[in-house]
Amino acid sequence: MIHTDNLTKRFNSTVAVDRLSIDVRDGEVFGFLGPNGAGKTTTVRMLTSLIGPSSGSAVVNGFTLGKDDTAIRRTVGILTETPGLYDNLSAEYNLRIFANLYEVKDSRGQVEKYLRMLGLWERRFEEVGTFSKGMKQKLAIARALLHEPRLLFLDEPTAALDPESAHLVRDFIAELRKEGRTIFLCTHNLDEADRLCDRIGVFKTHLLVLDTPDRLRSQLFGRRVVFHLGRADDKLLAAARRLPFVQEAKILENKLVVRVENPEAQNPDLVRALVGAGAEIQFVGELRHSLEDVYLELVRQA
Amino acid sequence: MKKIETIVAKEWAEVFKNRMVLFTVAFLPLLMAALPLVILHATQSSGAGNPIENNLPQQYNAICPANLSGSDCLQVALVSEFMLLFMIIPVAVPVTISAYSIVGEKATHSLEPLLATPITTGELLAGKCLAALIPAVLATDGAFLIYAAGAAVMIRSGILLSAVLNVRWLIAVFVVGPLMAFLAIMVSIIVSSRVNDPRVAEQLSMVVIVPVLGLFFAQVSGLLLINRQLILLIAILLAALDILIGRLGVGLFQREVILTRWK
Repeated sequence: MIHTDNLTKRFNSTVAVDRLSIDVRDGEVFGFLGPNGAGKTTTVRMLTSLIGPSSGSAVVNGFTLGKDDTAIRRTVGILTETPGLYDNLSAEYNLRIFANLYEVKDSRGQVEKYLRMLGLWERRFEEVGTFSKGMKQKLAIARALLHEPRLLFLDEPTAALDPESAHLVRDFIAELRKEGRTIFLCTHNLDEADRLCDRIGVFKTHLLVLDTPDRLRSQLFGRRVVFHLGRADDKLLAAARRLPFVQEAKILENKLVVRVENPEAQNPDLVRALVGAGAEIQFVGELRHSLEDVYLELVRQA
Repeated sequence: MKKIETIVAKEWAEVFKNRMVLFTVAFLPLLMAALPLVILHATQSSGAGNPIENNLPQQYNAICPANLSGSDCLQVALVSEFMLLFMIIPVAVPVTISAYSIVGEKATHSLEPLLATPITTGELLAGKCLAALIPAVLATDGAFLIYAAGAAVMIRSGILLSAVLNVRWLIAVFVVGPLMAFLAIMVSIIVSSRVNDPRVAEQLSMVVIVPVLGLFFAQVSGLLLINRQLILLIAILLAALDILIGRLGVGLFQREVILTRWK
């Protein structure tokens, strides 16, 4: 769907995007994470042919950037950072404008389909200026989908939305994913990225890492198993540390946290050893680091 | 073509929702139509041989038919001055619309989704331009028709009427008017795409009126007379200038610069 090769964008002496090389696969939700000013929006603008790269190349939807720009714009959908709607026009008219510009065949039908899908049909004749932020965002998503693009760029789709609206938008993105659309998702919301994205790229002018959220977690922090015990003491800690596959073990209140390579294979031995040492195990679970921990660690390292 | 129509319809839907814009578009043409009619009415001849004829500048002999009385010639002379003021309509009216066209989209952040569609720069600018040009031409033509109808009612002399509504006027209104409007629109669109404030765009675009006012004052002070040859020359020069500025406008409309440099 997207292939970039050393894609670079400079603004005078400032390098906004530095040699970005990624492959976004058909049907995946690709999370593009990074701090403010990292170059995420610039990347989206390049990949949607809004601005040209300074060097490097990219193929989007099978079209070459810089050569087939109109074709790229015709076949991708974009939700820009701000909805950018015409506030003094109605919701329906806003969509009709874009349906015409994208040369949608059944523009009336498509406008109705997405207004209904996003719960805006009843308010279609109202001026967009009277809409809440969440409704505007939904309308902007509808606008990005009118021409049924298989590849969708969403730049901060839930930014500045209240939790309910953000939840609705996230659910809708999940629906789009089920339809098999490829989604390039720029977001600050790490929980959102964790829930929605198949793979994430952490970016700060250049790509820091690219992998699935789980693999990133495991690479950075390893896998940790937590044992809730009736009483945690040094004897149990020593029993755990004696096992050769245990990489790290520590006591946190009445919990024993053990870092291992492969919990599925090694947990039975670990449980046996702890029980043998007199442990009263109440619960066993995996201590899961949030994507925020992963992100902060990566940005800190960068 | 449908994309251009869409942009035109969108611009009108946005612009004409603002009643003040409607007022601006309608008021100036009505004023420009009424003023020469008031002058005509106030200077209506009571007969030939008015001594004022001897005080008319020499060049007015060229636009007054020989058989026109001095006071009638005075009317022709006075109304001729208004021909240039009529030329302000196709400059002032579209600027109200076009100056906002790009910078307004920047301000509301609607330009980025618009540029993300497959619309070409030529189509976008054509739509923006036509959205301002059509009301300007209609307003100018409408004002002229009001003026012409009023003059026909007020002036009983056929010779005077044909002198007041002559070929110069027709060329000025129907040829020079649209050409000037196009020039003003393209200037304002170019300015609009390079500034961040709609007010700045409007003020800078109004500079196009200066040459018109220059011609007006040059004629009032007797430095030149807008005769048929001069108005044709102006039309030819404007046509050439329009081609140039049309190309310049498309060339200067750099999507990337517009998107990345606004604040």
